[in-house]
Amino acid sequence: MRLFANAKYDFLSQRKWAYAISLAFSGVGLAVLLFAGVNYSVEFTGGTLIQVETRQPANVGELRNALQARGITGAEIQTFGSDREIVVRARVAREGSDANDTQATASAVGEALDATLGPGTYQILRTEAVGPKVGGELRQQAVLAILMSFLAVLAYLAFRFEWRFGVAAIVATAHDIIAALAFIAFLRLEVSLFVVAGLLTIVGYSLNDTIVIFDRIRENLHRLKRESFESILNRSVNETLPRTFFTGTTALGSLLALSILGGDVVRPFALLMLFGVVVGTFSSIYIASPVLLMIERRWPGPDAKGHLGPKTAAAPAGGRKPQPVG
Amino acid sequence: MSIRNRILAILALIALCVFYLVPRDVTVRERDPDTGVVADRTIKRVPLKLGLDLQGGMHLALELDQSKQVSADPKRDLDLALTVLRKRIDEFGVSEPVIQKVGDERLVVELPGIDDPARAKAIVQRSAFLEFRITDETNALEKAIPAMDRVLRGMGIRGAGPSPRPSAVEQLLGGDTASKPGADTAAGAPAGGARDTAARDTAARDTAAAASVGDEGGVLAGLLRPSGAAGGGAPGEYMVPETAYPRVDSLLSIPAVARQLPRGIALRWSAQPMSVGVESYRFLYALEDRPIITGSNLEDAQAQIDPLTNGPIVTFQLDRAGGRKFGEETGRHVGDYMAILLDGRVQGRPPVIQSRISRNGQITLAGRTLQEAQDLALTLKAGALPIPLQIVEERQVGPSLGSDAIRSGITSGIIGTIFVVLIMVLYYRTAGVLAIVALTLYLLFTLGGLSMLDATLTLPGLAGLVLSIGIAVDANVLIFERIREELAAGKTVRLAVDEGFKHAMSAIIDSNATTVLTALFLFQFGTGPVKGFAVTLILGTAASMLTAIFITRTLFLIWMDRKPTMATLSI
Repeated sequence: MRLFANAKYDFLSQRKWAYAISLAFSGVGLAVLLFAGVNYSVEFTGGTLIQVETRQPANVGELRNALQARGITGAEIQTFGSDREIVVRARVAREGSDANDTQATASAVGEALDATLGPGTYQILRTEAVGPKVGGELRQQAVLAILMSFLAVLAYLAFRFEWRFGVAAIVATAHDIIAALAFIAFLRLEVSLFVVAGLLTIVGYSLNDTIVIFDRIRENLHRLKRESFESILNRSVNETLPRTFFTGTTALGSLLALSILGGDVVRPFALLMLFGVVVGTFSSIYIASPVLLMIERRWPGPDAKGHLGPKTAAAPAGGRKPQPVG
Repeated sequence: MSIRNRILAILALIALCVFYLVPRDVTVRERDPDTGVVADRTIKRVPLKLGLDLQGGMHLALELDQSKQVSADPKRDLDLALTVLRKRIDEFGVSEPVIQKVGDERLVVELPGIDDPARAKAIVQRSAFLEFRITDETNALEKAIPAMDRVLRGMGIRGAGPSPRPSAVEQLLGGDTASKPGADTAAGAPAGGARDTAARDTAARDTAAAASVGDEGGVLAGLLRPSGAAGGGAPGEYMVPETAYPRVDSLLSIPAVARQLPRGIALRWSAQPMSVGVESYRFLYALEDRPIITGSNLEDAQAQIDPLTNGPIVTFQLDRAGGRKFGEETGRHVGDYMAILLDGRVQGRPPVIQSRISRNGQITLAGRTLQEAQDLALTLKAGALPIPLQIVEERQVGPSLGSDAIRSGITSGIIGTIFVVLIMVLYYRTAGVLAIVALTLYLLFTLGGLSMLDATLTLPGLAGLVLSIGIAVDANVLIFERIREELAAGKTVRLAVDEGFKHAMSAIIDSNATTVLTALFLFQFGTGPVKGFAVTLILGTAASMLTAIFITRTLFLIWMDRKPTMATLSI
């Protein structure tokens, strides 16, 4: 069995459609993000999260009142998995307490739970209490980590390929980050450290995918001296299509298993990665290669020389048409 | 490299990883919850470190709390706090704790398998600053109260002021003159010597705002009562109804009010409320400013049960210098009352100094458990924190949640693996089987590598491992697809295999290098769990490259060696 063995799809000609879909998805997603705000986890905002398992289903309204009475306003209370597991998120410190001292808020939440559920009738499964100072630092570091990794990758690609390839790969990856943010907005996923780790993993996966294609493009540029640049792009994408498809499938398979069976803490990460694998594959084909073409047309590089220009592109020697060649 | 050497190298690698994953004896330090005895126990287990989110436990980030006391040398104080915490946690008996400095101003404490988080936090946070002070015998506070109340009145704070506890005085008086009925009770006895008719009238007029006693008499005068006058208390001891305690505390800490107190006198609260009659009181102590001795001279401390009262006590021994000083001071103060303060709170009621005390002493802990006494002894022995610490980050995972996470991680890993195995074998046939062998070794190498580096497997790391099962085949896929292409181009089997491996190499290296680059940044910024993810990702990438480039290649060589005449490849 061999899938996509001699595929000759003309991917490049469909790039306008791809751009349109991407723009629409990311645009609406970012609008949602701007409008509704990012649903940061307490790690980033500062605050307290307590997950408890109760003997009886808890009365959420009562608990909310008890929290309010103890100076904690606007706490989020959710059931987690079953209705006997609840998660309380208090992002604002207890009134009048030093916000960086996480214990005041945490103990107030404990008191409220005692008051509504009765002491000893619940079990604390998980606590996260983060001061706003630590949260702010983390937020800053997360953004910094993503930007720095972009720079490092750009430098690496410029070293291994040339800067044109690097820029195209970064544009495709940036596209994936934006699309992933849109995805986060649509699903209202909570942005935790784990989810940021997911974003960086998407960066890695998408680059991985793009580089495999770029590697083939580089090889073909050296091998097929007479073919037009567009044709080489299409050819390279097609030649690597079986691998792209197959690796994507196995990755999606293990991610599906994770998102279904991996548990509630892992699920947001797994869902985001599922989307990331799809969008990473999409962008390596429909964003990275067309952007590379655009860059090479404007600033032709040594690799692409001889493959560009009206002569070679329109009527390559040997009378070939600028279409994928099997 | 010959096939033989390749096989030997692979076997050596496998042996190394297996060695690092075979269960071995690990010494665990534990503290018996009943006796408090710390003992080392040896258990057998896989030497793979699990993160707190998988095995349950507590992670704390602490900073110097300079809101009440400013540190002169934060760097030194943090280092000092670090050593104190080390000693305490060592005594507490947690197996494999992590106590380290992060950056210039933060300490991180990780306590795996903690089952009583509140207690652990108390042990970490307690300053354990022990001091002994003589109570004031000059009635300094009592004399200062009228002046304080004048200041408060000047600020517009009267008895009926912003008090959120109108019942305070009612309760105070209720406890004293329970026999008197109704509104008259409230007016019965404002407080030590400050009775006046004005107060009586106001209180009778409006019992709800009973604190209005202070309209004329002053709010503090209405709430503070020397217990010495009431019966048998130490000089400098004052009773405040427990309900009024927060208010009095905040009033006394107003700078203008505090200034009314003569020099050399400091006010301290009792650690716990005490019942007198049916009411609960908090005691306020006027003490000499200068402690006669502090805990820095402490040499040893033990928790015991007092045979007389059956309550827990902590006995302590001072070092030579401390003993000499303590002896001198107590010798001078025979007949006086000595308050024992822990972290600025008076413990128990100050006892009278009967005779010269030298090196041995005891702290009585009324109404507390032996465990608390043990914890106190432990913190006293480990020394005081130079500056209190505040918890700026806390993560705590119960052991049940951790084992759930491991279980679901393994389940999804198995399902994911089955899926990958199925489609690899279906799609690539014999070559797929080789890839599965490589994948198995990949898992072995990644886990072995984690153990070798003493890295921690966290929940994100586990998820990363499951994800990487799907991605680790990529290098193999790249090679297989390349071989197929070469075969389709009409090359012989052997040549196609050689070319396939050769040409797939640059794509494998470049794509994996970028993955490692991003993971490095993740490692750099992430906290514990995410760091674990990054480590797994980096190790996994390295292992997948190794297995694909070296091990799959070797398997192919063996395969073709066995069937040298093979005309078609099962790929």
